[in-house]
Amino acid sequence: MRSSVGDTGTGPEKRGMNLTLRVWRQQGPTVKGKMVTYKVTDISPDMSFLEMLDVLNEQLIMQGDDPVAFDHDCREGICGMCGVVINGEAHGPQQTTTCQLHMRSFKDGDSIDIEPWRASAFPIIKDLAVDRRALDRIIQAGGYISVPTGTAPEAHATPVPKKDADNAFDAATCIGCGACVAACPNASSMLFTAAKVTHLGLLPQGQPERNDRVVNMVAQQDREGFGGCTNIGECSAACPKGISMETISRLNHDLLGALRAGARPKS
Amino acid sequence: MVTVTDSTQRRTPKAAKTTSVFKKAVMAISGIVLVLYLIAHMIGNLKAFAGADEFNHYSEWLRTIGNPALPGATALWLIRIVLLVAVVAHIWAAVSLWRQARNARPERYVTKKAVAQSYASRTMRWGGVIILAFVIFHILDLTLGAVNSEGRDGEPFDRMLASFQNPVVTIFYAISVILVGMHLRHGIWSATQTLGQSNRRREVTVNYAATAIATVLTIGFLLTPFSILFGLID
Ligand code: HEM
Ligand code: FES
Repeated sequence: MRSSVGDTGTGPEKRGMNLTLRVWRQQGPTVKGKMVTYKVTDISPDMSFLEMLDVLNEQLIMQGDDPVAFDHDCREGICGMCGVVINGEAHGPQQTTTCQLHMRSFKDGDSIDIEPWRASAFPIIKDLAVDRRALDRIIQAGGYISVPTGTAPEAHATPVPKKDADNAFDAATCIGCGACVAACPNASSMLFTAAKVTHLGLLPQGQPERNDRVVNMVAQQDREGFGGCTNIGECSAACPKGISMETISRLNHDLLGALRAGARPKS
Repeated sequence: MVTVTDSTQRRTPKAAKTTSVFKKAVMAISGIVLVLYLIAHMIGNLKAFAGADEFNHYSEWLRTIGNPALPGATALWLIRIVLLVAVVAHIWAAVSLWRQARNARPERYVTKKAVAQSYASRTMRWGGVIILAFVIFHILDLTLGAVNSEGRDGEPFDRMLASFQNPVVTIFYAISVILVGMHLRHGIWSATQTLGQSNRRREVTVNYAATAIATVLTIGFLLTPFSILFGLID
C-alpha cells in the first residue's frame, strides 16, 4: 500500500515491495516444467504469501497469460492445502503454513523461488498444485478407529492420563499438508504417519487396532513410493504444527512391537 | 485434504515384503554390533602403548581364546563371521533404502535449503561407502599384510609400525576414522529413534551420548597411528 497524502503514520513512509519471483511452471503431470521469472510490484508487507500470488495471477490474467495454479482452501492455517516450497523451504522461512506466511518476512528487491512439493508420491497436477491423495490412502490403511455408532458415551467412562491426552492432542494437530515429505531429503512421509499413529495409539479408543494400524500404514507409505526415514529432522523443523521427532520413535516402537506380536500388513 | 479416491486412479500396490522400518531396524542392530566391536578394537589398539610384547601377546590371545576347549582360532573366526554378517546386513539395508529414497524424489528442487540437518546426517551414505573402502584396505594392510612385508600373523606390532610410519597411510586412516566418528554421531541417535527408544525428554541425552561415544572412539583410534607417525611408539 502506498501511503496517501496527509498520512500521519508514525513510522517511515510505507511503500510496497518490488519482488522478482521465479515460479515453477508445468502444464501437466507428464510434461517437463521449468522456472519462469515474473516481477510483481507494490506488494504490501501485510499481504499473505497467497495474496501476493493472487496479485501475480491478476497480472497474468490481464496480460492474457495462464495464471499460476496453486492449491489453497481455508487460508487460515487449518486445511493444509496451500503448501509450496519457498526459497528452498517448505512453507517458506516461518514455521507456519504458506497462507499464514506474510510478505513482511521478505524485503523489497528480494528474489523468491517458488516450487511445488517434490516427491514421486505427490505427482504434479499443474504448476504448484500436487496430488496429495497418497496421504489419504495412508489414512485409509489404518488411520482410524472402528467404533459402533450410537449415543455418545459418558465422557468420564474412559479416563485418559493428562500426559497422554496432551501428547495425543499435539500429534492430532497434523493438518496433512505434506511439508514433512517436501522437506525430507528422502521424501519420506514418516512424520505424517507417525503423527497419526501417535494420536490414536495413545488413546484408549485406539488400542484394539493399534498393531494392525501401524503395520498397514507403514506398508502403505512404502507402496506409495515415499522414502524411508533417516531421522534427519528436516520434517519436524518444517512442520507448521511443530509435530516432534518423538512421534517417529513411537511409530518405530509400535511397529517393531507389532511385528514381534505377529501383525503383518494386508496385501 | 481431498478425500475422494477412485479405485481406477489408485496405483497397483507392490507387495510389501519388508517395510522400510524393518530395514532401518536391521541397519540399527547391525550398526550397534559394529559399534560394540569398535569399542573393543579401540581398546586393543591402545595396547600398542604398552609395548611390542604386550601388543603381540594380546594378538596371540585373540587367536587362542577358549583354547583348549575351542580348537585354534575358533573364537576369532566366530567374531569375524558375526562382523561379516553385520556388515552385509547393514549395507544391504543402506543400499535398499538409498534406492528407495532416490526413487521417492526423481526431480530435485531447484533451490533447497537445509534447516535442521547436520553434516554428519548428510554424509551417512557416501561417508559409509568411503568407510567400506577403508575397511577393505585396512584388512588387506594389517590383517593380510598385503601392503608391507613387515610382521607376521599373531605378531602384528612391526607390521603396524611399518604402515603408520607412512604418512599417506596414516592420513587416509585419520580421514576414515573421522568419517566413522561422524557416521556414529548421527548413527547412534538414529538407531535410538529407529528402535523406538527416544522421546522428547531423552532426546538431548541421546544426542550428547552419541557425540560422546563418537568422540571417544575417534580420538581413541587416532592416538595409536599418530603416536607411531611421530615416533612416540617404536
Ligand atoms: C560400507 C559401510 C557403511 C555404509 C554404507 C553405511 C551406511 C549407513 C546408512 C545409510 C545409515 C542410515 C543413516 C541414517 O539413518 O541417517 C547407517 C546407519 C548406521 N550405521 Fe552405518 N554404514 C556403514 C558402516 C558402518 C559401520 C562400520 C558402523 C559401525 C561402526 C556403522 C554404524 C551405524 C549405526 C549405528 C547406524 C544407525 C542405524 C540407524 O540408522 O538406525 N555403519 N549406516
Ligand atoms: S490454505 Fe488452508 S492451511 Fe493454508
